[in-house]
Amino acid sequence: MAHTTTSEHNHDAHAGHGHHEHGFSHPMPIWMLFAVFFALLFLTGLTVFQAQFDLGNAEIWASLTIATIKAALVILFFMHLLWDKPLNAIVILGSLIFVALFLGFTLMDAEGYRENLIYNSTIEASQPVDPNAPAEGAPAVAAP
Amino acid sequence: MTAIQENLAHVVDDHADHHHEHPSWLAHHFDDAEQQYDSGKLGMWLFLVTEVLFFSGMFCAYALYRNRNPEVFEFCSSFLNEKLGAINTGVLLFSSLTMAWAVRAAQLRQHQLLVGMLGATLGCAAIFLGVKAVEYSHKWELGLLPGKLYVAQLDGAHGPHKGYLEFICTVPAIITALCALYAIYAFATKSLFHQRVAGPMLVAGLCFFGGVGLGQYLEAQEEASKGHGGHAAGHEHHAMVDGHVDHGSHEHAAAPESVHAAETKTAAEIAASSSASMGGSPNVYVSPIELKTPNADVNQRSMAGLFFSIYYCMTGVHAIHIIGGMIVITWLIVKAAREEFHEQYFGPVDNVGLYWHLVDFIWIYLFPLLYLIT
Repeated sequence: MAHTTTSEHNHDAHAGHGHHEHGFSHPMPIWMLFAVFFALLFLTGLTVFQAQFDLGNAEIWASLTIATIKAALVILFFMHLLWDKPLNAIVILGSLIFVALFLGFTLMDAEGYRENLIYNSTIEASQPVDPNAPAEGAPAVAAP
Repeated sequence: MTAIQENLAHVVDDHADHHHEHPSWLAHHFDDAEQQYDSGKLGMWLFLVTEVLFFSGMFCAYALYRNRNPEVFEFCSSFLNEKLGAINTGVLLFSSLTMAWAVRAAQLRQHQLLVGMLGATLGCAAIFLGVKAVEYSHKWELGLLPGKLYVAQLDGAHGPHKGYLEFICTVPAIITALCALYAIYAFATKSLFHQRVAGPMLVAGLCFFGGVGLGQYLEAQEEASKGHGGHAAGHEHHAMVDGHVDHGSHEHAAAPESVHAAETKTAAEIAASSSASMGGSPNVYVSPIELKTPNADVNQRSMAGLFFSIYYCMTGVHAIHIIGGMIVITWLIVKAAREEFHEQYFGPVDNVGLYWHLVDFIWIYLFPLLYLIT
């Protein structure tokens, strides 16, 4: 197979793409590009849609999960990592691991000070501002 | 014959190997096209690693601050126009599609298509920046500025400052005018090369103003829909100075925008008294997002101001990356117009593509984290 002379590492990918005549390049099929694009658009719509609902603490995780799926699509297909050399995948995944360590360690004690900083005075003090509280009753509470 | 064997043969029998005589596109320190491509690509991935780590610092600041003050993010996110953010996401995703397609076109020697795809990517980038310009100028007009500069709703006596958008647009206008001159020159001299370069550049310049128009239209729509109830989350300064809450120990006249006068007056009083009794600043705001935010102290420089510091830092650095991407894509268009790329040499397109997808990647996280907080 003449093909092996130019690339030995990726002819599996070539087989998947079906382009044996382009040397070490393997052009993405157009349908795949469009499939990824529409999947990304769909997920964008989904994340806008889910943002309408108040999911409380789950909200950040829902939107981060969708964003991560989108990011994975971009990296694997648009950035071609799925067919790339393993070294490149290790490099970029390594950086993501370090980001996770960085954020994880920084946020490790977040729960510890959170109460003090938020709920200390502010929410209690402004409790009557609650929209459900009757407006007429409020002034009495508010008298300093 | 494996690649290694071939490379060895190449080293041993350098002169006889006319198959790999170094062509102009192959740097002399590389054995063959694939080695050059792989080296370049690994270098690009390493650069992207530094980019990811660099952005992660800002995401860390974001995460810490949001963890401490979720209510600030709820409050401030209501100032960001979700529709514009979503459209910009779509525009960037489309530009990623055209960029990936450009790589394919480079590999297949589709030179015309390559120029077209790079031009489309450039145009999308310009639209993105145009929309961003509207978003930024709108926020500046409202005083939604970073850190110390944050003045939104603190000083209702002053009307909104206009003219920021025109200011931002001057540089793109000059660039577009130059592109137009270049295009005229290209068509006058009937140089195909110059036409292929000037065309996409001019279109991209015009796309910026298309983006500005789109952004203004949607921003006006948003304002109209929100403005009805008078709880426009600070989008309109009604500047009804309410005497009851005028503590005014600083220069800020307390000026709540209130249309729900009956309810909000009391709410404002409470907010004012509570913040004053705690020794906080006497800033008073009333009823952004219909009193959804329970914390009256949010609307301060140290709270909302810090959010906008993070917002401008993250989106601004992202926008700088977009501008950088536009410059290198223009360089690619020049090379593509010279028909330099082929299946052995498409590394520059591929690597700029990787960079461009990373910029898209960052925005994929920025959009929900900044715009979609409920």
